[in-house]
Amino acid sequence: MEILQQIVFVLVLASASFVIRKRVLRIKANIHLGKPNDIKDHPNERLKNVLLIAFGQQKMFKKITPAVLHFFIYAGFLIINLEVLEFIIDGIVGTHRVFAPFLGGLYPVLMNLFEFLAVAVLIACVCFLVRRNVTKVERFQSPEIKGWAKLDANLILTIEIVLMAAILTMNASDQLLQSREPHHYVSTGSIFFSSFLTPIFSNLSTPALIFIERFAWWFHIIGILGFTVYVTYSKHLHIFLAFPNTYYSNLEQKGHVKNMPIVTNEVKSMLGLPSETAATTEPGRFGAKDINDLTWNVLMSAYSCTECGRCTSECPANLTGKKLSPRKIMMDTRDRMEEVGRSLEAGGAGLNDGKFLLGDYITKEEINACTSCNACVEACPVLINPLEIILELRRYVAMEESGAPAQWNAVFQNIETNFAPWKFAPSDRFNWAKEIK
Amino acid sequence: MTENIKIPTVSDLAAQDKTPEVLFWVGCAGSFDDRAKRVTVAFVKILNAVNVDFAVLGNEESCSGDPARRAGNEFLFQMQAMSNIQVLNGYNIKKIVTACPHCFNTLKNEYPELGGNYEVIHHTTFLQQLINDGKIKLKEGGSFKGKKITYHDSCYIGRANNIYEAPREVLASLDADLVEMKRCRTTGLCCGAGGAQMFKEPEHGKKDINIERTEEALATGATTIAVACPFCMTMMNDGVKNKEKESEVKVKDIAELIAEGQGL
Repeated sequence: MEILQQIVFVLVLASASFVIRKRVLRIKANIHLGKPNDIKDHPNERLKNVLLIAFGQQKMFKKITPAVLHFFIYAGFLIINLEVLEFIIDGIVGTHRVFAPFLGGLYPVLMNLFEFLAVAVLIACVCFLVRRNVTKVERFQSPEIKGWAKLDANLILTIEIVLMAAILTMNASDQLLQSREPHHYVSTGSIFFSSFLTPIFSNLSTPALIFIERFAWWFHIIGILGFTVYVTYSKHLHIFLAFPNTYYSNLEQKGHVKNMPIVTNEVKSMLGLPSETAATTEPGRFGAKDINDLTWNVLMSAYSCTECGRCTSECPANLTGKKLSPRKIMMDTRDRMEEVGRSLEAGGAGLNDGKFLLGDYITKEEINACTSCNACVEACPVLINPLEIILELRRYVAMEESGAPAQWNAVFQNIETNFAPWKFAPSDRFNWAKEIK
Repeated sequence: MTENIKIPTVSDLAAQDKTPEVLFWVGCAGSFDDRAKRVTVAFVKILNAVNVDFAVLGNEESCSGDPARRAGNEFLFQMQAMSNIQVLNGYNIKKIVTACPHCFNTLKNEYPELGGNYEVIHHTTFLQQLINDGKIKLKEGGSFKGKKITYHDSCYIGRANNIYEAPREVLASLDADLVEMKRCRTTGLCCGAGGAQMFKEPEHGKKDINIERTEEALATGATTIAVACPFCMTMMNDGVKNKEKESEVKVKDIAELIAEGQGL
């Protein structure tokens, strides 16, 4: 019986690992559909961002209520995973609470800590469900947060609640079994939170208790493995990618727009200036029409987005009813990557499916509404930059399609001929000095 | 006073073999927009009053390229940037002050990688330095005493370049009652003109951004809305007019307020 459980466990673990590995490789390949971008500068500053912003959750604390609730779930995720290690060893080797004899008096302390976190996670998830579905916090009601995006968020919270309930159930039944069969069940001492649950189970027979303990154990570990697989398809991927995303985020002043060296070379040769590098062979598109025109780190940032909507709730265009939503820009980028990835996996056309990020996902009306005010960039707790995508799409429209709004085309013409965005004669530029009264 | 105001051009100085200590980059709005021109004049009066060794480019100035770059026309931006850099480097310019946050951001952050390296200062920071150095002394109990002023953060000096305190310190020196809008500093709401929106009609929506922002400014009860950007100036002015409040509420650039405080 024991050995059968071990075999089943190893099989479950192996298949979960197989699926997770396959998904991780797919996501990696999707990210590398993007253009190369060698980011090796300022490693210390980048590490500092990871520690403060991802690990330390610094930017979350601009909104204190969700920050505290989120912190419980985050701490729970980091620390309860230590217990998962014990689960896995127990499962493979066939032991029960393998760490208990080694840790001695520390073990009950740890168990109490894990349970405290489990209860905190559970309460936080309930609060988040209420915020989303009952009090209806505004940023969760946008058009892009309907359908799958809404279900995804509710599923994550529900799964976490159920997983935490399983830990508490397991510990409660285990504590009863410790008193009934001390030879088989290593003593953990009293564990605070689950001891409130023991009265529910105390009238049950020992075999029933054993069944409940085993069921909760299996439920929790299969749940964790299943959830990990699920995460790779979900916005919840931020739990891993927030860390590299903060590392590779933009360190320049927010006002700086990324230069296009290919244009620099052409402009230099037009002006008769010596250009540093010889003209590259394949210039590709100017700006971005599809995901492969964006750099890999921008694509990774789309996978790091957890759709919290802090960007959209600060966006002046969105606030005044325009179609633009910075969150949707990130979601669209991710959806397009997933679509291309699925197609490639099935041996399909991939990027050549006749669809594009611009047009099929993001419309010109959306990108034309952006004021480049950087409110979205400032708001993002994990340093995602929706503005970079918007500007790259605008570059494609302006330079490859000459499809900028007519009034912008007029501005371009004015700058070219009059060196000002308005139609004034350049020779009148200094007239203001004559008008001083 | 008027006769005494000197506005030397860099080329005049170059003819005398001189280079100004600081170039005042006027910008297209400051040169052509009637309202913004008054800010340019106010700032020039201050520069004169405190004897700053400055000059302007005059007709040699040209669009920084900011709206072209933000509207997606990188070619045009770089053409503008590189010809401006040729002019600036040709005159051996080291330090630039400008009253336009868009020019400021572009010159400071985007010209270096194209070969233009200058110390670029926004006029609010420049004024703050003059006040700190005691070159501008504001009279206590001046005309602003007790007046409510609210400051509208320009995105391009605020979030884009992390300058939040300089304009506020300048305003504090006026002895006025500085009141903040609900959305200020890092969460300041854009006036609606950035990213080349200044030059086109807004996309379809339920409200114009400048109206939203003006309502917020008016809610503070301030009688002066202080701005530090010619585009914000236009947007907030239009907003105040839309709300028919132009007789009670004035939109003023920080340079104008200082010039007023100095009796210039």
